[in-house]
This record gives sequence, C-alpha cells and structure tokens, in this order.
Amino acid sequence: MTDLTDLTLADARARLRAREISATELTEAHLSAIAAHNPRLNAYITLTADLARAQASAADAALAAGNAGPLTGIPLGIKDLFCTKGVRTTAGSRILADFVPPYESTVTANLLRDGAVFLGKTNLDEFAMGSSNMTSAFGPVENPWLRRGSNAALVPGGSSGGSVAAVAARLAMGATATDTGGSIRQPAAFCGLAGIKPTYGRCSRFGIIAFASSLDQAGPVARTVQDCAILLRSMAGFDPKDSTSADQTVPDFEAALGRGVRGLRIGVPTEYRVPGTNPEITAIWEKGLAWLLAEGADIIDVSLPHTKYGLATYYIIAPAEASSNLARYDGVRFGLRDAEPNDDLIGLYEHTRARGFGSEVQRRILIGTYVLSAGYYDAYYLKAQKLRALIARDFTNAFAQVDALLTPTAPTAAFAMGEKMDDPIAMYLNDVFTVPASIAGVPAMSIPAALNQDGLPLGLQVIGNSFDEETVFAVAAALERAAGFAARPGQ
Amino acid sequence: MPYTIEGATGPWEVVIGLEVHAQIISEAKLFSGAATAFGAEPNTQVSFIDAGFPGMLPVPNRECIAQAVRTGLGLNAEINLVSRFDRKNYFYADLPSGYQITQFAYPIVGRGAVTIELADGTTREIGITRLHVEQDAGKSLHDQDPALSYIDLNRAGVALMEIVSEPDMRCPEEAGAYLTKLRAILRYLGTCDGNMDEGSLRADVNVSVRKPGENFRTRCEIKNVNSIRFAMQAIEYEAKRQVRVWEAGDEVRQETRLYEPARGITRSMRGKEDAHDYRYFPDPDLLPLELDAAWVEQLRESLPELPDARRARFIAQYGIPAYDAAVLVADKSVADFYEAVAAGHDGRLAANYITGDLFAALNRTGRGIETTPVSITALRELLALLKNATINGRIAKDVFEQMVETGEMPSAIVDRLGLRQITDTAAIDAAVASVLAANPDKLAEYRAGKEKLFAFFVGQVMKAMQGRGNPALVNEALQKAL
Repeated sequence: MTDLTDLTLADARARLRAREISATELTEAHLSAIAAHNPRLNAYITLTADLARAQASAADAALAAGNAGPLTGIPLGIKDLFCTKGVRTTAGSRILADFVPPYESTVTANLLRDGAVFLGKTNLDEFAMGSSNMTSAFGPVENPWLRRGSNAALVPGGSSGGSVAAVAARLAMGATATDTGGSIRQPAAFCGLAGIKPTYGRCSRFGIIAFASSLDQAGPVARTVQDCAILLRSMAGFDPKDSTSADQTVPDFEAALGRGVRGLRIGVPTEYRVPGTNPEITAIWEKGLAWLLAEGADIIDVSLPHTKYGLATYYIIAPAEASSNLARYDGVRFGLRDAEPNDDLIGLYEHTRARGFGSEVQRRILIGTYVLSAGYYDAYYLKAQKLRALIARDFTNAFAQVDALLTPTAPTAAFAMGEKMDDPIAMYLNDVFTVPASIAGVPAMSIPAALNQDGLPLGLQVIGNSFDEETVFAVAAALERAAGFAARPGQ
Repeated sequence: MPYTIEGATGPWEVVIGLEVHAQIISEAKLFSGAATAFGAEPNTQVSFIDAGFPGMLPVPNRECIAQAVRTGLGLNAEINLVSRFDRKNYFYADLPSGYQITQFAYPIVGRGAVTIELADGTTREIGITRLHVEQDAGKSLHDQDPALSYIDLNRAGVALMEIVSEPDMRCPEEAGAYLTKLRAILRYLGTCDGNMDEGSLRADVNVSVRKPGENFRTRCEIKNVNSIRFAMQAIEYEAKRQVRVWEAGDEVRQETRLYEPARGITRSMRGKEDAHDYRYFPDPDLLPLELDAAWVEQLRESLPELPDARRARFIAQYGIPAYDAAVLVADKSVADFYEAVAAGHDGRLAANYITGDLFAALNRTGRGIETTPVSITALRELLALLKNATINGRIAKDVFEQMVETGEMPSAIVDRLGLRQITDTAAIDAAVASVLAANPDKLAEYRAGKEKLFAFFVGQVMKAMQGRGNPALVNEALQKAL
C-alpha cells in the first residue's frame, strides 16, 4: 500500500468516502511524518495533535454516518496568520508569541464546517513580510528540496514558507496560505506546488492578521491543481463580517478543470520579458506557451505598460497600510508587553515594539510611516494610488483581448539560506512577476512546470480576470497535464 | 450695535467657529455590534473589533449612517452620495487600533445652514461647512491609582458626528444661540440626546480676533468644552486674551487650549509644533460609502417636524406671540408638553402658564420639564376649571402654587381649600352691601364723580369674599348698587 501521506487530497477524499482508509489513520500518518521531519524543516510553529485526533475521530463518525462534508477527514496545515479559536496564533512574530485568539477566522471556520482536520499552525515570514521565510521569529523554514548534489539548506520562499514546506514534504495534504504580493505563488513555485491567490474579495479576511488590507487575500497551496480547487471552494464565500468581501456565488472550481484551453486566448505580457532574465525561466515560459498552443489555445502578445511601476507601487502601498495595521501591537491590551519598570506610556510602546518586531517588520513600518507623512504623502502614497489604478487598468485592457495571461512565477528557483539577506531590494525583486496581479486584485495561480538543471522546481503563473478563477483553473489544469510534473523532494 | 472688544488701539471683532462632536443615538457602535449605553461598568461594552484585536474588521452600522444623513437633512445640508472613511493615525493607550476611523477627505454631509435666534428677536444664518462620521476613542482613567492608568473601552468605537460650522459667529451670544439651536435640532431629529454633562455633545471652539474689515488672524482652538455657558465664557476670556497679546506687540500662536471653568480662563495645551502628523489615508478595510438616492429621499420624507417649522405652526395654530413660540419650541419636550396641554384649550393661556408660572416653578425647584410636579393632565384640568368658571384667574394662581408644592390635582385643591368661585348673587349682593356700608365716604366720593373708585370697591368685595367671587357677577352687582 502506498504511503497515506503521498495521496493527493482528491484521492484521500475518495478513499475516505469509500471507507478504504480512516480519517484517524490518515491523520496519524501525517502526525508521524511531522514528528520525523518537522524538527529539520521547522514548517510548523504549533502542532495541534490532540485537536487533530479529535477532529479525525469526529470525521470518522461522520463518514460512518454517511454525512461527510467536502473535506471530511482531510488533514491540513493552517498558516499561522489565520486566527484559530483557542489555538495560539503568532503571525511569526515575537509580539504575538503567546497570543491565543478567542475567535476563529472565517476561512478556517469554513474549512472546519466542511470537515477538515487541522494538524497545526505553519511557519511564515513575520506578519507575512518576506519572500524567504527567514524573517520568522520562530526560525527559518527549510525547503524540502535540495540542489542536486548539495546539502545547502534552501529557503522555501515566503511568506507562506511553512505551508508550502509542509505540503511538499508530505506533512499535510494541503494548507492555507495568504498572498499580499506573491506570498502564495512564489513559495508554491519554490517548493513544486500549486497555489492560487483568488480574486481580492473572494475569501473573507475576517480573522486573518492583517499585513496590507487592500492586498491581502487567502488561498490554498496543494500538490495538484484539483486539490487547490477543492480547498478554495471551501475557503471562499461572501462574509458580512468583511466589508471588502465580495457577494459572489462560489462556483464549483473542480468542474472547470476538464474544460481544456481549446479556443482560449492566452496573453503573453511583453513587459514581463525583462532583459537579463534567467534563461531557464525564459525557457520554461516558452515551453508553457508551447503546451497551451498544442492544446488548442491562441497565444497573443499583450501589453501591460505600467508593469515597471509594479514593485515600487507595491512597496509604497503595502508598507503604508502595514504601518497603520501594526499600530495595534502596543503592549496595552494583548500580546507582548516588554517595558522597563519605570517606563511611561511612550517607553512602554518603544520597548515593546522594538523588542517585539523583527528588523524587516520595523523596516516596513518605517517606510510606511514615511510615505504617509505630511509633505511626502502626495509624492509617494498618492502617486502610488494613481499608479495602482493604471496597473489595474492595464489588466482590464488586457482581459478585453485575452482570457488569461501566462508568465513565470518567480525570477529564480529557490535560493539558499543566507543569500540576498543583506540586500532588501534583491529580496523584493522576487515579487516582480507576482506583485502586479496583487495590485490589480485579479486571481493568479502558480503551478509546477519543470525542474531546473539543479533539480529544483520552477513555476508558471496563470493570471485571470476578476472572479474568473474557473478559467485560471482550466488553464492551470491543462498545463499540469502537459507538464506531467511528478518530481518530489528528497529523491 | 456689533459686539466688539475695546482695546487700547480701538475696537476688535471676534470670529468664532465651532466643531461639535455629537454622539449618535444608536443601539450599537459605528463598526461593531457592541452596545452603547451610558454609565455601564467599565469595559463591559467592548467587542474584539473595538479592542483592536488582530484580524478584526470594521463593518459600518447602517443605522448610524442613517442618523448622520437625517442630521444632514435637518441642517439643510448637501448629502454626499459617495463618501469615504479614512484612518487618522496616532498612538494613545485608549485608542486600541492606533488609529481612529473618520472621514477626512470626503465627508458624508457637505454645506448646510442653521438659523439662530438672538435675544433681541433678530435671526442670523450660520453656515455649516460639513458633517462627518467617526469613531470615539476610549477613556483613560489616571486618578484610580497613584502609579497606574486604567483604560475603559466602553466608549471606544461609539459613533460620533463632527459638525463643523463656518467661522460665522461674531460674539459669545451667537455661539451660545448656535449651540442651543443645534442641540434642539439634534434632539428633534432623535439623532443625538444632546446631554453635554454626559459628554454626548462636546464643542471645540475656534476663536480669533481682528480689527474690523481685516482678514482672519491666527486662531486658537479651545478643546472639549462641555457646556453652552462654558463655551460663551471661554470665548469671552479667550478673545480678550488675544487682544492683550496683539496689543502688547506679540503674535497669537496657533495652538490648542483648554478652558478651566473653575478659574474662568483658558490655558495652552499644545502648540502647532507639537501637533500630531495624523498620516490620514483611506481605510483599506472599508469600501467607499455609497448611498442610494432613493433611500436618502425616504429619510427626508420621514424627518420629524423641526424647531423652525414648529414655531411657525405654533404662531399660526395657537395664535401665540413669536417670542413665546420660540421659547416653547427651543426644547422638544417643552413643545410636546405645550401641545398636549393646549389641545382643545386656549393656546395663549396655556402658553402663559407654561412660559410664566411653570418655568418659574421649575427654575425655583431646579427641575426640568421631564420631572415637572405639574402634569399635563393637572394643567389641563386647571385650564378647564378656569374655562367653566369654577375658579377665577386670581384663585388659579394660588391653586397652581399648591399644585407645584403638593402635586395634587387642581380640583382636589379647590375642594380641600374651598376655593370654588361664588356665583350665588344673594351672597354677592350681601358682600356688596356690607362693603358700601363700611365705606360711606368713598361711596360719596364715587357718587360725586370719582369713578376710578370702582376698582377699589371691586377689590374690597373680592377681599370680603376671600377672592372667590365671580368677577363678572361682582362687577354687575356693584354697578347695580352704585
């Protein structure tokens, strides 16, 4: 019998329903794998083994009674940015190291409603700020993939580094993640997974610890496109507790997987052909286009003329919102209070925040405070807002001509721990292909396409029009079939 | 004669603008479902949203928005169908999220106007610049412990309206009249209870002085004034202070000041250089607030009658003088009381009793109309007793005083004290006869042509009858006898 942790989520779902396997043995298999591999990978910050066993047992009862939900008995990892009632939620930060929310996020509540089993809370860059998972106060996450012939530890990407490492290493069947400028897609690409950032507003943000409210969006990572479709259907949905949540019905994303791409117009944004791009990245992009062409799609060059402003726009808007969103961590009501005995209120703030936040979070709070300051607001924040509108219009114009766009997900494969660490700009460049879709709020998905010459996965990104995740899934599924990506880490 | 301050260099004009914070009447807070009752135990009306917990999101409370629109309509102001919430960022222990959600760039209500009445009977129009909706902060308690500060978040997140006037007022009286009128409008609308002592209505007063004909000079803002009287006192003090500063050759600094009622002075709180950089930006947790024009029209059609309209109606319907009507409508409860008493009775008489005897009694006993010892039913009965001639006007005054003292119904007082009017002509004739017999000299003078003495005889007869004689019958009997 195959190892239970190797099953896809869809397979596991079928076997659970057929009573071939039990939720309890599936959960135990994952708990064993976590015990064996998490000490090295550090993918989980908090394990909820007892809770998982209880949920699995309830799932088995539901399966026996014939009233299984869409995810009954499926063991998942939950990014530690989603508040989970009664379970410590840290955001990867020292300032929330002991924070236990008295409420459940809407997305995790939806997953629980559908019968999922939560194995634990996965590691992440502090407050989701990072592209390497190196900024977590709970230590870096190791990518389960290694360069061929090397033992150098690689980063899993970020910020959802724990989620992708866990799923790639078979420590969960799927995981929740969040994406503000690429935090689902880039780590999915680095770890050979599928991951979708849906349209802004598709998933409720209620109970997700905010980084940049106008950009943050939850989505799943999993080993197949189908598994992502299954998870997203459960996670998504209108939520009156989030004013920015969209009152749109959630389609059956799985049903779109077999549509194929015949007759679809696939756009190639010319501005994404940046001189100096890694030839391996260019090559896999060309291959992706060739696969779609072979499947009957039309390939069309399109222009997204404001692409070159994407990163600058993002690194103004996201820190601006973050500087305000993170003001609540002040040591007064919850979380860390690290004050000196004779501190006044200002001293309490300064010591708590200086000791509670890591250097990347502090850097972004400073940038955000600066761009919103009197005298700089117009030059930075206001200009960035205008560019945001132009970038969004680029996509609107493009989707008047094409049904989806195909681009690389990240400019490189996973890099080693320690690389790019002393150069924040080099680190920010990781997001160059992912940020524009975040700014525009449109759905985008990364799927594993091939291994590079070092044996590391490379991802391709499919970008769709607002609330047209179905086309994204259809294109991603076609690419997945064509790529036949079967590699797994540690082989 | 315009109000001026006489300085050594001549007269100075005072320029006043007001920013009024009015707590919206609503069951729940602006962005959370938490309750808003005044005086609850500390930190018992706080949701995780109000406390700024991680992952919590604001959702606008539609009733609070409706209240703001009603207020805008009541101020004859433009309603902006699209407005926006912004964040005002600053750190303080009673500001849980580290920012206040307010409306900075695009308020829900634009320009409007309020007509104020002055003591000399003239009216003036005061411009409204804007009205916006925002959250209140919590409360810091520094006097509970020698070393610690306590925080009460019951008020955090409660919906406020900030109503900003144009700098249209020129004297303390106008500022007082504006606040009085604004409070009346809010109470008529039912959008704010207007209780300044509970903090549901507070004013920031902007004051500057200038030589007549000049442009505006630097202003100072006096924060959080919590009574109309204090606002007027603060303006007077502050204007004189500024005149002294200018005339000493100094400059008035733009600053925030506090009024100290006990000493009757304003003192500096912080200067412009210490002003916060609030880093306003659109709140990304909230979409632009879009109102449906038809919904606004529904609110407009369901507005209650407002003070100006009611005053006009009182004059027309009850035939009372404009001044009395203005006094009656100034307080909605008084106006309601008046209408309940006046229905089916002489409106003028009812107005006289309420603005005269009742107000005097309330003043004397330190009560308001809500706790009046003279009920609507009692006052109506008194008017009925007058109308059917059970008592006369003179006796009615005494009965009224008894009503204030004992809270008894007038009929019971009349019966207990035997004050029923005497209409028995034989008894009146007898009283007349005895008065004439007792005053032969006055009678002779009268008959010699000193007709003014008629009043004297009336008085004597009424006195002999302990005031209970029917005045018309007494007159008639006297005329016959004389």
